[in-house]
Amino acid sequence: MQALARPWRLPDARHFQIAALATLLSINFAVIDFGARPEASIIAVTTALVMQVICCRLTAAPLDFKSPFITGLSLSLLLRADALWLYAAAAVIAIGSKFVLRIDGKHIFNPAGLAIVVLLITSRGVWISPGQWGTEIWFASLAGCFAILVLSASRRADIAVYFFASHAALLLLRAAWLGDPLAIPLHQLQSGSLLIFTFFMISDPRTTPDSRAGRLLFAISVAVTAHYLTFVMQMRPALYVALIALSPLTLVLDRLIPAVRFSWHSSVPKGVST
Amino acid sequence: MTSRLSKMARASVATAAILSQAAIVPAQAFCGFYVAQADSKLFNQSSKVVLARDGQQTSITMASDFEGDVKEFAVVVPVPTFIERKQIGVVEPNTIDHLDKYTAPRLVEYHDEDPCNPIQYRSRGGIPMPAAVGVMQERDKIRYGVTVEASYDVAEYDVLILSAQESDGLTRWLTDNNYRIPQGAEAVLGSYIKQSMRFFVAKVNVERMKGLGNGQLRPLQVRYQSAKFMVPLRLGTVNAKGPQDLIIYALTRSGRIEAANYRTVKIPSDVDVPLYIKNEFGPFYKALFERAVARENMQAVFVEYAWDMGWCDPCAADPLSNKELAELGARWIGSDDATAFRATRWGGGSDAYVTRLHVRYDAKSFPEDIVFTETKDRSNFQGRYVQHHPWRGEAKCDAVKSYQESLSARFTKEAIDVAALTGWPRSEIVAKMAQSGETATK
Repeated sequence: MQALARPWRLPDARHFQIAALATLLSINFAVIDFGARPEASIIAVTTALVMQVICCRLTAAPLDFKSPFITGLSLSLLLRADALWLYAAAAVIAIGSKFVLRIDGKHIFNPAGLAIVVLLITSRGVWISPGQWGTEIWFASLAGCFAILVLSASRRADIAVYFFASHAALLLLRAAWLGDPLAIPLHQLQSGSLLIFTFFMISDPRTTPDSRAGRLLFAISVAVTAHYLTFVMQMRPALYVALIALSPLTLVLDRLIPAVRFSWHSSVPKGVST
Repeated sequence: MTSRLSKMARASVATAAILSQAAIVPAQAFCGFYVAQADSKLFNQSSKVVLARDGQQTSITMASDFEGDVKEFAVVVPVPTFIERKQIGVVEPNTIDHLDKYTAPRLVEYHDEDPCNPIQYRSRGGIPMPAAVGVMQERDKIRYGVTVEASYDVAEYDVLILSAQESDGLTRWLTDNNYRIPQGAEAVLGSYIKQSMRFFVAKVNVERMKGLGNGQLRPLQVRYQSAKFMVPLRLGTVNAKGPQDLIIYALTRSGRIEAANYRTVKIPSDVDVPLYIKNEFGPFYKALFERAVARENMQAVFVEYAWDMGWCDPCAADPLSNKELAELGARWIGSDDATAFRATRWGGGSDAYVTRLHVRYDAKSFPEDIVFTETKDRSNFQGRYVQHHPWRGEAKCDAVKSYQESLSARFTKEAIDVAALTGWPRSEIVAKMAQSGETATK
């Protein structure tokens, strides 16, 4: 009867996230090809898990497999490389960064996002999948991602909504300024990589500002920077570059607007993360 | 089928027949013989664009299927920067046709071996085949808000580079200067103006064309330096009569290109097809492409060929020469002599990679211009359809029985696959197969 006495808690949102990403990957393999390859996915996920074990042992941190699993799945869906070892390299950079690049006990960069940007800059063999999943799967994924947000009931997940809304608003404003039909911004929103970015990267509660105002400011800054990089600089992986370039801003925002630090192991309701 | 289409179908059948004769020469038995191709002439309302890109250095060569009075011909192409005279040229149509044939989806054939005397092939690494401005202009600026930034004589064309402040002024200028602008184009022009794009406009100079005496409109080429890597489709979709086809041939340094804002899908390939397809390869590929387009709700860009330019297997046409590649904009290869382009990198790769993309589009399914990204993927892909000629010898051993049983299963599978790929009725396929001796009997 001990269990019944425990207060009811929302399930860890990361379970839903793993289910969502694994479903997308299965759709990729079985129904509609987004470009992910089974061997690359296995390497990315396995390396992320092994790296997590090694880093947890070295730092004596409690072992958790959910976050590296999400990182590995995200890399499988987004990253494309001409050699399999690059997927292992991405997973090593991603998980390693969580343990090495820390300030005040908080890691600075979203692991998968950092790995993608580092490899895009340093390696000649990687590129990013544009993530065109087709209209039906995109809408189903959008609905699924919002469902996870609601289920996770985390106040921290609000950043996904802030980002998606500011990104969409910028696209709509640009279309209005250019006199383009509504079909154009709607088409620009229908990118699978945008969904993964919004719901699994920028919303990572471990790397988002602690305060609500800080998260709103951060989301808008990333959206504006990404918009500039895409349409002025003509840079295609703009979302990831904008997020990683602005990540140190979270430290500044946390100093300026202090609030309670997020932890997966606290008793507060769980949020959305990698 | 329209008369034009049937003419094209006949032409492709004729091509297939000629090439199948040539294929009797046993040159590449191991890799399969190349017997026919489905070139871009199969598709109505099609245009061809060759993109060559090295860093931000971009070259775009445009060939249309314009048929009619050359006086009526005019193009308006948005370009990202000002264009100088030396950045414009014309390309021989044969060069684009050559690249088209070289990259076209192909039919290859194999002959089954005698089941009683199987030939032991030694495994063999693929041996690369060697492949191979004044008073008037001031007036325009005041009246229309249009600046004629430059005007050039380019072979048979009169070319102007325009910049504009407002779309209505540009529309009026174009209309007053006898460029037929479809209704609804103004909004699209306005969008390009706000994106600081210039307009490359060209008309045919009939006098000069007569003087040149070549009697045909050659593809125009524009070269510029820009971070933008796209093809402007939108103007062409305004008031278009139904969907159009565009074939994009991209020459790049590092690898395959793909659309950054649309799905890029490989066309179904490496499918075994019945023998009779040899005589119907054109219609077969057309049906296959149309079905693939329908399956993707006309929202995808299809890869038909992606290969290192240094070799081909099997080659659907002679390799392109350095001269042809340089003419198409791949000037980085460092040579423009008439010899066949060859792999120059250590390990067999070359400095030129070709991607052939085929897109069927209209304003609804392709609302925005296609933006491309160059990937690092150098893996090879070709639209390739394979036919196996059954062995028809005398049954001298037990192996023949099991071979004949396998044939029956093979024919059945070929009929199912062709029906699924083309949407043709299976009964029709089975009947045609029976006529060429491929009967799925037990």
